[in-house]
Amino acid sequence: MSPQPEPRPAAQQSIANDPASVRALARTPMQAFWHGMVQSLPFMIVILPFAMLFGVVATEAGLDIAQVMGFSVLVLAGASQFTAVQLISDHASAVIVLLSSLAVNLRMAMYSASLVPWLGKAKPGQRAWVAYALIDQSYALSIQHYERHPRLSMAQRVAYFSGTAVALCVPWMICSWLGATIGKAIPDDIALDFAMPITFIAMIAPMLRTPAHMAACFVAIVAALIFAGLPSGLGLLVAAPLGMAAGAMVEMWAEKQGQVT
Amino acid sequence: MNAPGMSDLTIWIIIVLLGIGTYLIRWSFLGALGNRPMPAWVLRMLRYTPVAVLPALVAPLVMWPQATGGEPDVARLAAAAATLGVGVLTKSVIWAILAGGCTLFGLLYLI
Repeated sequence: MSPQPEPRPAAQQSIANDPASVRALARTPMQAFWHGMVQSLPFMIVILPFAMLFGVVATEAGLDIAQVMGFSVLVLAGASQFTAVQLISDHASAVIVLLSSLAVNLRMAMYSASLVPWLGKAKPGQRAWVAYALIDQSYALSIQHYERHPRLSMAQRVAYFSGTAVALCVPWMICSWLGATIGKAIPDDIALDFAMPITFIAMIAPMLRTPAHMAACFVAIVAALIFAGLPSGLGLLVAAPLGMAAGAMVEMWAEKQGQVT
Repeated sequence: MNAPGMSDLTIWIIIVLLGIGTYLIRWSFLGALGNRPMPAWVLRMLRYTPVAVLPALVAPLVMWPQATGGEPDVARLAAAAATLGVGVLTKSVIWAILAGGCTLFGLLYLI
């Protein structure tokens, strides 16, 4: 769920002179909007089944359709929606559900920070809208586009982001609703209890790119198993910061190694 | 799994507060803080939130699944391993989910 921008070889030399840049700079905001939508299509293939799965799993956990839509419209963040539903069905306390789900979304503060150089001077209303629709995929697409074409106007930047956001967020909402509707028809004896763990593992696995990410993951798992005896969700609040600290430490250590050699 | 342990009102409060909190996280730098830089150690920790939080959430569910009454289960362990392996190798969320799902249902059917 967290695609990283691909490395863009030779992007630095080709700024503004290659045909792609000339085309990007010539687009009206409306055309930039469409361009954003079109470039989002591959991501939609991931989002559609994922949103449906959320609808199904949330319904299985006892939520009604309005609550499923409440999550997908008001929260609009897949991983934290799954986290909240999992903890709700585990009978964790409301405070723990909130803290854990918010922790999953903390990475978005990073997205927000890294968009400031590109969108920081947009109108407050535009920035408020960007903040609402800032999901992993709209962020990844937009930052890639902005870095590739640094001389875009503010209108073009906002329009491109809006295109990706509309193409990704609206289907997320519709398919959550579809999943919630279909979910009721799925018989109870199918092993859906494991849909959520599989989904989470599938989201994490592609993120394990560096030794630091692996260390964070490993420490978090070991700690979570050790503290599993604590009341619902508390183990998570201990294990996750330990994992994050482990990742940060390995990263610092790797940087030092890099400087020495 | 069909009866939530919470009242509808509690769930709605969670939804609204989580929505507000998530919005404020997204809005933070872009909306309020402007160009003020974040301390390096904060950024460093933030980078590892998803790979720490999600595994910590999942690990106990994999080891001690509710559906088997908390007994470790070969089909579920194998499905988790298949999901992880395929996810790391293909970097694709969808292929990983498919691998895990097929392993789980295949083994549940066979065993």
